[in-house]
Amino acid sequence: MHRFANPTTFMRIANAVFPWAAGLAVVLFLAGLPIALVTSPPDYQQGDTVRLFYIHVPSAWISLLVYGSMAVSSAAFLIWRHPMANVSARAIAPMGATFTGLALITGMLWGQPMWGTFWVWDARLTSFLLLFFLYLGYIALADAFEDPERGDKAAAILAVVGSVNLPIIHFSVEWWNTLHQPSIVKMGGFTVDGSILLPLFLMLGAFTCYTVAVWVLRLRAELLAVKLRNARMSEVSLSRMPAE
Amino acid sequence: MTVFAAVLKRDLSLAIRQSADTFTVLAFFAIATVLFPLGIGPETNTLARIASGVLWVSALLAALLSLDRIFAVDFEDGTLDQLVLCGEPLVFVVLAKTAAHWLTTGLPLIILSPVLAVTLHLPAQGYGALLLALFLGTPTVSLIGAVGAALVLGSRRGGVLLSFLVLPLYVPILIFGTLSVEAAIIGVSTKATLALLGALALFAVTLAPWAAAAALRQAAE
Amino acid sequence: MVPRINSGTALSLQTFERASFSGTGLACRRGGRLVFAGLTFSISSGEAVVLRGHNGSGKTTLLRLMAGLNRKSAGELAWNGAEIHDFEAHSALLRFIGHLDAVKPALTVAENLEFWRNLWGYPPVDVKQAAQRLGLGALADFPARLLSAGQRHRLSLARLLVAPAPLWLLDEPGNALDDASLQALAGIIADHRARGGMVVIASHGTTVVENGAPLDVGAFTNVSETHWSEAV
Repeated sequence: MHRFANPTTFMRIANAVFPWAAGLAVVLFLAGLPIALVTSPPDYQQGDTVRLFYIHVPSAWISLLVYGSMAVSSAAFLIWRHPMANVSARAIAPMGATFTGLALITGMLWGQPMWGTFWVWDARLTSFLLLFFLYLGYIALADAFEDPERGDKAAAILAVVGSVNLPIIHFSVEWWNTLHQPSIVKMGGFTVDGSILLPLFLMLGAFTCYTVAVWVLRLRAELLAVKLRNARMSEVSLSRMPAE
Repeated sequence: MTVFAAVLKRDLSLAIRQSADTFTVLAFFAIATVLFPLGIGPETNTLARIASGVLWVSALLAALLSLDRIFAVDFEDGTLDQLVLCGEPLVFVVLAKTAAHWLTTGLPLIILSPVLAVTLHLPAQGYGALLLALFLGTPTVSLIGAVGAALVLGSRRGGVLLSFLVLPLYVPILIFGTLSVEAAIIGVSTKATLALLGALALFAVTLAPWAAAAALRQAAE
Repeated sequence: MVPRINSGTALSLQTFERASFSGTGLACRRGGRLVFAGLTFSISSGEAVVLRGHNGSGKTTLLRLMAGLNRKSAGELAWNGAEIHDFEAHSALLRFIGHLDAVKPALTVAENLEFWRNLWGYPPVDVKQAAQRLGLGALADFPARLLSAGQRHRLSLARLLVAPAPLWLLDEPGNALDDASLQALAGIIADHRARGGMVVIASHGTTVVENGAPLDVGAFTNVSETHWSEAV
């Protein structure tokens, strides 16, 4: 397990995974998007609105997956001080925030025809809104420091604290929601028809592969940023004052 | 234990010397609460309906204002380095400072809350639950706040950032706190929500000090 | 692990067990920059080490590393020859005086000292005696906010006396001190060494330490330690 923490090994594996993930993402999108958006049958209740789910559900899945992976790699960074674990968490955080945003927007667009309003204090929507804030907090904290290494550690601690709190937040929002709005139709509370499963799984696969591919690209970018920073640093230390 | 006692004693005597800090927090609590009737209108039923939510939100915001003083001054004047070197687990320092924060912020907020509840026409059945819920919830506010305060030490835009980090984590306290009061008003048992608030406090007291201590250690580095 | 100290509360009676503190091949990176590398030192009871080097050479970083405040990126620190793993226990054996004085302006001079004495859990040493020693005796009951910069610095030095520990790590302790205070500090350091204490001091002038072994911090060559990102 710790063998993969070696930065060279880690990047070698990541680079090897990249073409497969990118290629598979293209194939799955090409196969999934036409089915999801055009050829699959509309829902008997929701009509074409159901197609939003082929974007919404994979986005929600990715946003949770990313937060989970951030929490695990942050913990690995704090416990074993593997530098790549932290680079990985930093690289993937903006993607998590983006997909959480996408899940929120598609959820709101779905809500308009279903509920007659863009925003309903649905338990899941509210939880995702809070998850979105947690992501923004992580990103803001990670580059709030003059010394980037402090930002690394502070953000890693926050990711772990956030992951412990996330289930509690979701549970409390769920509780609050059932007490306040028992009559509202729950999102996703419709019966799953076989015809939606194929496009849904194609899109889930496509989103996941896309995320892995972009994650590798962002890993490379983060690594370059670290190297650039170090190069600047050593320039500064080379031009220090001569001994007094 | 000597570390806990020493830090608690010093923080309390500092808070007594600088009691203006506590009064500022209380004044903020009062003003924020008073703004709601002014913004919504003085209609008794409406105010009674929102009273518990308004009191909880104002209390959380007031507590938020005071969070940065848990560690920020010690960080700036070098005391934090010495506390890290105290020779005992840093968790005791965190617990002492959090206890001091609660005694000088959470407790005064609880004492002031019934007075403000009167201005919001909180129904009589709600007072007991309000006090109990605040009593069980505010320690968690201080504990989670200590983690946030330790994380932002030395950062740019620390204060704004702190509220950003901490407020989403306060959501469960807010929810169970207000639900307790509302349950008491409509005559339903408050046991479940109060028990959940207590569970949150126990959970926070076992985990938050470790997270805050880790954050403090890396801030001192 | 608390250093054993012979009983007696008067400041001058305490002596420390024989001990040694050493470091081999120490390196430290901060913000990606290699501050120093390949540093080796050794100090035992009664001795003093004077850290020398230009601005930015890492004297402060080295002192903080010796205290366990900063993390070393290579090398080993040892107490009595055994590598130090538990820095919490190690910190009970040392007192660190940094650039920041850690003085609370709202408390009186005596209260400031009492806090440090209580923190390290020592028997009731007379804090006024410690204040006296640094020329603050008459100010003991005044709030520290009334003190001048030099007096505040002396107050932070008095911490060394109210909570004894064998190893002193002093970062430019002579800064902002007048001649009389420098003399007092030199006397305190000499007393500490006579009682079997150790002193590591970062200083431009060596006026407060006699016969200190010099350690050049800025000069390092043949560095093989590389940053992890360079391996990728």
